[in-house]
Formats: sequence, C-alpha cells, structure tokens
Amino acid sequence: MVIQIVLIAAVVLIALVMGRGQGARGQALRRLGLAAFAVLAVASILRPDMLTEVAQLVNVGRGTDLLLYVLIVVFLTYVSTRYVRDQRAWRQITALARRVALIEAPPPRPEPSVLDASASGDV
Amino acid sequence: MDRAEFDDLWVVVPAYNEAQVIGQTLTDLSACFPHVCVVDDASNDGSGQIAETFFDQGVRLVTHPINMGQGAALQTGFEYVLSDPLMARAVTFDADGQHLAADAVRLARRLGDGFDVVLGSRFLGQAPDMGRLKRVVLKTAVAYTNVSARVRLTDTHNGLRAMNRRAVAAMKLTQPGMAHATEIVERLRTERLGYTEEGVEIHYSEYSRSKGQPLLNAVNILVDLLMR
Repeated sequence: MVIQIVLIAAVVLIALVMGRGQGARGQALRRLGLAAFAVLAVASILRPDMLTEVAQLVNVGRGTDLLLYVLIVVFLTYVSTRYVRDQRAWRQITALARRVALIEAPPPRPEPSVLDASASGDV
Repeated sequence: MDRAEFDDLWVVVPAYNEAQVIGQTLTDLSACFPHVCVVDDASNDGSGQIAETFFDQGVRLVTHPINMGQGAALQTGFEYVLSDPLMARAVTFDADGQHLAADAVRLARRLGDGFDVVLGSRFLGQAPDMGRLKRVVLKTAVAYTNVSARVRLTDTHNGLRAMNRRAVAAMKLTQPGMAHATEIVERLRTERLGYTEEGVEIHYSEYSRSKGQPLLNAVNILVDLLMR
C-alpha cells in the first residue's frame, strides 16, 4: 500500500512539473501524452495485474518484463533525440563562439588611415 | 624572400596547445608570407600569447573562447581571411612544425596554373618516415575518402593546402573534429573546384611524435569517417 502511494505521488508530481511551461502545439501534444501516461501509470500501480494482462496480449510473460522492454525503447529514443539536440546546440555554440572570436580579432590589415596622416607606416 | 609576391595571400594556422613549436613555425612562415592568421582554439599553454608577439610581422591572432576542434578553427580562419577584400589566395598550415614554409610557397604558386585548390601530399613527395601502422591507417583513410567523396587523391589528411578565394568561400566546414579533412575533399567535387596534388615533406619531429598519439588519432579519423 505504501509503495502505491509513493509511486502515485511521484507520477502526479512529474506530470505537474513537466506539464507546465510555455510553448505552442508541441507543448499541447506533450501534455496530452503526459496525461495519458499519468492515467496509465496510476492504473498500473493500483492494479499491477493489468500490466501482466497487457504483456500476455503481446506474448510477453510478465508485466515487469514488458515494463523493462518499454523502458529500454524509451531510453534509446531519448538518447537519440538527445544526440540530435546536442548536435544542434553544438552548431549554435560554434557559430556563437566564432562570432565572438571574429569580433574580438584585430582587423586583417592596418586601416588605410586617410584622416590620420601621421600614422606610422606599416609593413 | 620577397614577401610582396604574397600580399594577396593569407596563411591560416589552426593551433591548439603548440607553445613549444608555434614560435618557430611563425618565424618560418613570416619570413615568406606577410599575412598569417593564427586561430588559437582556446589553448591553455600560452600559444596565443606567443602568436601575439608576431603582430608586427603580420601575424593576426583570432582566439576561440572555447575549444571547438581543428575543423572549427580552420573555418574561423577562413571567415577571418575572407573579411580581407584583398585576399585572393589562402594556405592552410599546421602549427606543430610538420610542414615546410618552402612547400607552402610552392603550393601557393601552383595556384597560378589555374587550379582552385592545390593539396599537399606526403605520398607524392619524399618517402615519409612514418611507422607502418600510421601508414596503413592513412592509406585506409585515403582509400575510403576517395570512394566516398568520389575523387582521386594520394593523401587526404594533409594539413598543407593552398586555395583561391572562391575555394575558401566554398568550404563552409561544419565538422568540428578531424573529419573536416574529408569534408574539404568532398567540397572539391560538390563545388566543382579544380584541384591538383603537390608533393610535400612532412617532418615527424620528436615533438610531434611525443604530442601526437598516432594510434588514437587514427582510431578517431576512422570513426569520424564511418560515423558521419
């Protein structure tokens, strides 16, 4: 009984925290998915047998096995989307750092000083 | 040497922690070339400060705020020299002293024969003194790059290259690590650049041997090639 209370609290908390925030359509879709996840999670906590029933529908022995498989798939999906995002972030950082480097760099050639006739001649 | 011949040329030197040798490299280069751009890829050994002391010889220092890899450093150098409207040619040159300034001069002059890009090749020049493993790995990289980029070259991972302004503007490198060598070769075809190879000497000095980890570098090059 205790574990069920703890797990439900955790799921509700995650749903609330992740559901907040600003955004457009992606945000709405994410919230819907999150709501579905929360409902299913609570249901599976209250009725653990349900997971096993679902597992047997897809020829998996136990609910815990199904959970593990789903977890692996979700994790790999996360890793790959994370990778794509990291790549994009790195490209942005590179562009930004390059701009900074070029802005701070000295001019390639001494300015042809029209006004300042006393400028020392450079090689 | 009369540096005036190369007043329209910029040497681009990407540098990361080369304090021991960059001074000598820049001394050699500025004896031949009036314009050198050092891109310090956030070194922490004072390489940048050393390059700064060559300001009066025409060396310009561009400093990355964070380490971004040799490909990124080259691209920064390209964008810097493109900001000079008088730049008509550029030469890329490693900071670690493995190239000869005289080879750079030869490559730059070769552009005059109507090529957009002249690539240095250690396998066309004097037989390089390198280990068997390094040779095998480099040859593998060459073979793979030739197939994937559909070109015919004897050396695809040589830091010494000369290009004209059109080629510099066409590079737009996005691969930060060592895979930029392949990227440059790919641009030859996709940007329809006229190119040739020229034999150059490579000096695997005590320093470059101690610094480079040939085996690990080779692994990185191969993985970069396969993963893209």
